[in-house]
Amino acid sequence: MRNRTVLLDHVSIRFGDFTAVDNANLKIDSGEFFSFLGPSGCGKTTLLRCISGFSDPTEGKVLIGGKDMKGVGPNKRPTALIFQHLALFPLMSVAENIAFPLEVRGASKKDRRKRADELLDMIALPGIGDKKVSELSGGQKQRVAIARALAVEPDILLLDEPLSALDLKLRQHMRAELRAIQQRVGVTFIYITHDQGEALTMSDRVAVMNSGVIEQVGAPNVIYNAPRTAFVASFVGENNAISGKVAGQTEGMVTLNTPVGPVSGRAAGGRKYKPGEQCSLFIRPEQLTLTGEAGPNTISATLRSQAFEGASTHLLADCAGTRLRLSQINTGAAAAPLAPGAALTLAFAPEHATVLPAGPMASE
Amino acid sequence: MNPRGSVFSAAYALAFFTFLFGPLIIMVITAFNSSRFPRVTPWECFTTGWFNVLITNDRLMSGLLSSLFIGIGVIVVAVPVGLAGALALSELSARLRATLYTVLIVPILIPGVVLGISTIVFWGQIGRTLGGPAQAFFYNGYFLTIAGQVTFISAYAMLVFIARLQRFDATQTEAALDLGASPGQAFRKILLPFLAPAIGSAAFITLLASFENYNTTVFTILSGNTFTTALASKVRHGTDPSLSALAVIIISITLIGALTHEAYIRRKTLLDSGKAEQSAIFGNPVLRLLTHPGAVLALLLCIAGGLVWLGSKHDSSVCEAGILEEKRAIQRQLQEEQRSRIDAQKKAGGQTQTPAEGGAGNPSPFGGAFTGGLAPESAAPEPAAPSNPSPFGGAFNPGTLAPAPE
Ligand SMILES: Nc1ncnc2c1ncn2[C@@H]1O[C@H](COP(=O)(O)OP(=O)(O)OP(=O)(O)O)[C@@H](O)[C@H]1O
Ligand SMILES: [Mg+2]
Repeated sequence: MRNRTVLLDHVSIRFGDFTAVDNANLKIDSGEFFSFLGPSGCGKTTLLRCISGFSDPTEGKVLIGGKDMKGVGPNKRPTALIFQHLALFPLMSVAENIAFPLEVRGASKKDRRKRADELLDMIALPGIGDKKVSELSGGQKQRVAIARALAVEPDILLLDEPLSALDLKLRQHMRAELRAIQQRVGVTFIYITHDQGEALTMSDRVAVMNSGVIEQVGAPNVIYNAPRTAFVASFVGENNAISGKVAGQTEGMVTLNTPVGPVSGRAAGGRKYKPGEQCSLFIRPEQLTLTGEAGPNTISATLRSQAFEGASTHLLADCAGTRLRLSQINTGAAAAPLAPGAALTLAFAPEHATVLPAGPMASE
Repeated sequence: MNPRGSVFSAAYALAFFTFLFGPLIIMVITAFNSSRFPRVTPWECFTTGWFNVLITNDRLMSGLLSSLFIGIGVIVVAVPVGLAGALALSELSARLRATLYTVLIVPILIPGVVLGISTIVFWGQIGRTLGGPAQAFFYNGYFLTIAGQVTFISAYAMLVFIARLQRFDATQTEAALDLGASPGQAFRKILLPFLAPAIGSAAFITLLASFENYNTTVFTILSGNTFTTALASKVRHGTDPSLSALAVIIISITLIGALTHEAYIRRKTLLDSGKAEQSAIFGNPVLRLLTHPGAVLALLLCIAGGLVWLGSKHDSSVCEAGILEEKRAIQRQLQEEQRSRIDAQKKAGGQTQTPAEGGAGNPSPFGGAFTGGLAPESAAPEPAAPSNPSPFGGAFNPGTLAPAPE
């Protein structure tokens, strides 16, 4: 099997004084579906353009299939990039678009047409080869762009937020489709998105980026359940953050003194905390429960608002200026709705909470 | 809208279109009046003779050939130069771009006269330095005119390309590179097809600009003539309706071109909309063929050709001889009257009132140009008019000769 790995070796990319990507170290395996997840402007596209050869890293090396790619132009790399807005060629027909990579390699007209038809079958759009690009729907364009990128069988397919222009329904459909195509062709997919749902559902592994730094790399469930930094905890999924100072640590459990009272949670990655260190405790809305009596790890809060959402009810509460969100599974019994301003006592199990050193958080 | 408002807008629209097209219509009419001065009234005879006068004018026709030759030369040089300039601008950093833009656009702002003279001086110097056959090549009206016009016309072409390039999505080129195209292939297969319409318009604008240029060309053509310089000198030596005939030809070509283009555009929008099959016109095979731009062009050319053929058969000499005879008669009659008046005065022996009364018999230096409607009463000056051209008449002609290219 072909070596389709991508290795980023201490890659930094700077524009003047501005560091867009800071010391990225990463190995992406052959045939892996790997996602970069991060907020807008964190350097995802910059990194992707560097892998596909449109720019060179200011520092460090990019290795594809074990070979250093320095000085190798985009047209000589075994990568294919699917652009954020697809960049299909509007003056060519669908078949000409798909066969473009073959055309520039000097394939005969007959071979080109044959390959285009094969690829159209693969993306389940047979017989649209003679249409114009402008006659296609958003999802069809999407699939044509994928077919074009796969026409000469690249080792690595890079996708820059390819679904961002589609509506929700189509996006969900295309996620499954992309995943299926990837498993069929076995090409390494490197996928960029700022939509965490997309990253978590499709990927084998996810790298979470923030302002040029790769904060954490791991399988989706690890990223979700065991975030390593305050940014990852606040960016991936909904989370309540309670800030405070370390009071003490026993084995894996850390207790914080916070404005809402003393609370304890797991120390992320078995890290040791110094007493007095500024930390944040993260607890997911679905792990917070309403309880009758006060006790350890309980918070007395005031209800601000609630929203019934079918399967669950979302509550927004407030304690000493800290906003807390709860998500309660509806059991079916018609519980009397609570009035805003009602006093609540919230509780959570310490093993469900994560304590992380204070750091930048994702803005809402 | 209230009725007063709509009356006003109708009147305004009428005034506006009269202003736009009035001169053209008048010009077209004068081309068919046998009067030796371009005018509508008095109508003398319907004639096509002025077209004959036009095409038998050697100076104008050889000027036309030079103009075409120069125009093609300018297209061949200015379009690639403009394209290169626009591409260079789109690749540069913002600060360099502003500087280079100014440098490239300056020739448009420099007076044409200056460009013309400096072109002669510059290439003359080079020719003299090199000597021999190079001198003959560089110091040649055609070469100098192409060189002089290219200096500023390439900037027009560049502006056309810049406008088109601003709408180009640079990721298209990147996508082509990413898919394995070399930079040359990306240029030929992606950027050039995108620019194709702009190349067409740039070539057209370049041809027009070259054709109608006077200020620079009048110097650089040296002792030769282009159509425009020949026309200008003809107007300076007096005008006749053959210039109106020229206007008729130009207007007809423009109209044929515009209608064909319109047919092409309509067909294209219809096809692009995807609803072509449902449309009443496109659904019917005969109408579909008839509205094809090629068919429209052929039809218009047939009509034009037919009219030319009919016109060439028309003979107005009998009518013109009649008019001439009429004029002679009127003149004789006037002379008669004058003589009898002078006799009467002599008889009366009174003071001489002749100068005031004899105004009608005393040809005005402005000829018939300003007395059109009164002409039958004051027919005497008329025969003098063509040989005594108005100093103002010619001034209005160059403008009307160049219908706005739309
Ligand atoms: N050519 C450039 N010159 C200067 N700064 C740049 C350049 N390209 C990108 N940047 C900066 O680098 C940072 C990262 O940009 P990038 O396009 O990689 O973001 P992104 O993560 O892809 O964001 P988005 O999700 O919005 O596409 C941004 O702050 C951007 O302003
Ligand atoms: Mg981006």
